[in-house]
Amino acid sequence: MSIIVKPDTKVLIQGITGSFGARHAQLSLAYGTNVVAGVTPGKGGQMFEGKVPIFDTVAEAVKATGATASAVFVPPPFAADAILEGVDAGLELVVAITEGIPVRDMVAVKRAMGENNKTRLIGPNCPGIVTPGEGPDSTGGCRIGIAPGYIHKKGNIGVVSRSGTLTYEAVWQLTSRGVGQSTCVGIGGDPVNGTSHLDVIKLFMADPETHGIIMIGEIGGSAEEEAAAWIKQYGTKPVAGFIAGSTAPPGRRMGHAGAIVSGGKGTAAAKFEAFREAGIGVAATPSEMADTLLKMM
Amino acid sequence: MNIHEYQAKQLLAQYGVAVPQGQPCKTVAEAKAAAEQLFNGGHKLAVIKSQIHAGGRGKGTFKHGFKGGVKLVKSIDEAVNVAENMLGKVLVTKQTGEEGREVSTILVASAETIKKEFYLAVLLDRNNSRPLIMASTEGGVEIEEVAEKTPEKILKEWIDPAVGIQPYQARKIATGLGLKGEVFGGAVKLIMAVYKTWWECDAAMVEINPLCIVETPEGKEAIVAVDAKIGLDDNALYRHKNIQEMRDLAEESPLEIEASKFALNYIKLDGSIACLVNGAGLAMSTMDIIQHYGGMPANFLDVGGGATKDQVTAAFKIILSDPAVKAIFVNIFGGIMDCNVIATGIVAAVKETGLTLPLVVRLEGNNVEAGKMTLAESGLTIISGDTMADAAQKVVKTVAA
Repeated sequence: MSIIVKPDTKVLIQGITGSFGARHAQLSLAYGTNVVAGVTPGKGGQMFEGKVPIFDTVAEAVKATGATASAVFVPPPFAADAILEGVDAGLELVVAITEGIPVRDMVAVKRAMGENNKTRLIGPNCPGIVTPGEGPDSTGGCRIGIAPGYIHKKGNIGVVSRSGTLTYEAVWQLTSRGVGQSTCVGIGGDPVNGTSHLDVIKLFMADPETHGIIMIGEIGGSAEEEAAAWIKQYGTKPVAGFIAGSTAPPGRRMGHAGAIVSGGKGTAAAKFEAFREAGIGVAATPSEMADTLLKMM
Repeated sequence: MNIHEYQAKQLLAQYGVAVPQGQPCKTVAEAKAAAEQLFNGGHKLAVIKSQIHAGGRGKGTFKHGFKGGVKLVKSIDEAVNVAENMLGKVLVTKQTGEEGREVSTILVASAETIKKEFYLAVLLDRNNSRPLIMASTEGGVEIEEVAEKTPEKILKEWIDPAVGIQPYQARKIATGLGLKGEVFGGAVKLIMAVYKTWWECDAAMVEINPLCIVETPEGKEAIVAVDAKIGLDDNALYRHKNIQEMRDLAEESPLEIEASKFALNYIKLDGSIACLVNGAGLAMSTMDIIQHYGGMPANFLDVGGGATKDQVTAAFKIILSDPAVKAIFVNIFGGIMDCNVIATGIVAAVKETGLTLPLVVRLEGNNVEAGKMTLAESGLTIISGDTMADAAQKVVKTVAA
């Protein structure tokens, strides 16, 4: 099994005709993802690559195709609107890939979504989610976002991370040791995001096919500490992790909008300490994420 | 993006926050005129404040020996003397580093008698994704210190972004600060206006420290923002033309400005091993692993998802203009990108920049074998690393040797 998405999940892509959205729509199709629709306002009625119908609105796309998940590739000024359109259309999952959405827009999106339990938002500023398939190079799975599909392998390790390439690093370490993944979730590097480390950890703990978890965090905020505290109390599976940014100077934003140590809060040292206290295996270097977990299993 | 105190006060004033009467000045003549206006208008005391982004200005020292980046003056002559000692001079504070920062603007403002100091700030609470107003009776000191020693002295009020700040919330804070009588109404209005500034300007942080009760020349009490700091959300600058114009390039590192022209995210650090990485998380981790093996990173550098030849060349040039750099570590996980394209870019960049420093490259991902071949056949001395750990150890060794 897997969490959040399955190989047959029906996916639509908001911003499918933009160059970034189009490129990754093609890659998802090649991976075997069930991409059933695209949405670009004003281009309704056209076809993407001759096989995916394009609609003007998410609501129309959902009605016509039964899509339940969406990937948002819409430019930052219009991304909040695109996310809320997906929520309004009753999607189960909205994955916001867009980087650079103003924080205030995301504050408004979170408020508008409120206690809505129907739609899960992942991201923004994230690589997306992959549930590997059984075909060659893990094809036949569900890939929503921008992660390279071929680095995955179907298996039993869950991966959750705030960063893109560091996630690929962890996944590749697993795959090249012959160890597969149940689902890999990039939750994004922004200070306001939809799904937290803890949300994903809870799903992995409840998923019978996930046997171990790699949790990757970075400086800024306290989401990793929150997840660690929960794992300490309720964790039932081995978890190993790494925190990026031990060497980052305080007060500087390290690439990701959310990666900043401010007022002495959100340091890598504090997060590593929370990991240790919760019995989470700490990788001494990012090169040892997979080995640290495998030693615990 | 950060802005100067005088710019922050201009923004706050636009939203109705009371700030001391003052003028930003770039010349001694302007400073003299501003001081004349204040002293001739009945003010007995003025303050002259160096406008640099770094904190600790009051306790700073200018390189020519003049003490204090913030000075109280009692006369026009004194104001002129202070202006002469600040403008065009280099101020060193605990936050500027030894090289200090040249002061090109000073703020000449009225200084009323301060009767009490408070702290007020608006920021994002990442735990619940809501705006948070923080206030304290402990003004004029660092809030981190208050939070650590006497957390009960910090008042917190979360704002519902759907309806914005409500007057009762401002009244709660004003009461919590012990404000009464003639300053109560002024404080409520000021708190609402500070929040409005945060929201409407897309600020990351608005901090008023100290917020003061002062005695006006007429002998009344008033509440004013005596110092102000605003940090802005870079992602939202596109919709604030007026704020974009407040950017002061002199406050930014020239290398970081150059990097931003090529969509490179570069932050200079103090070590000797430069890194060039794709992705922010991997870039931070690369710095961490260098330190783990006993080296010191010279920079954070994220080339993003593209890593074209032009970007890699620009990145090399930026890295090489830091004289402390003794070796370069390129760490690329080419997920979707073709590693061979990246390798070709690296080879071209090395040739174009005439690189002579040791270069360790770790490539992983799509078409990696062809990429490694391109590096090997280039005739250049490129040290190849198989994993992050292997490459990090190799690059640390080249510097130690």
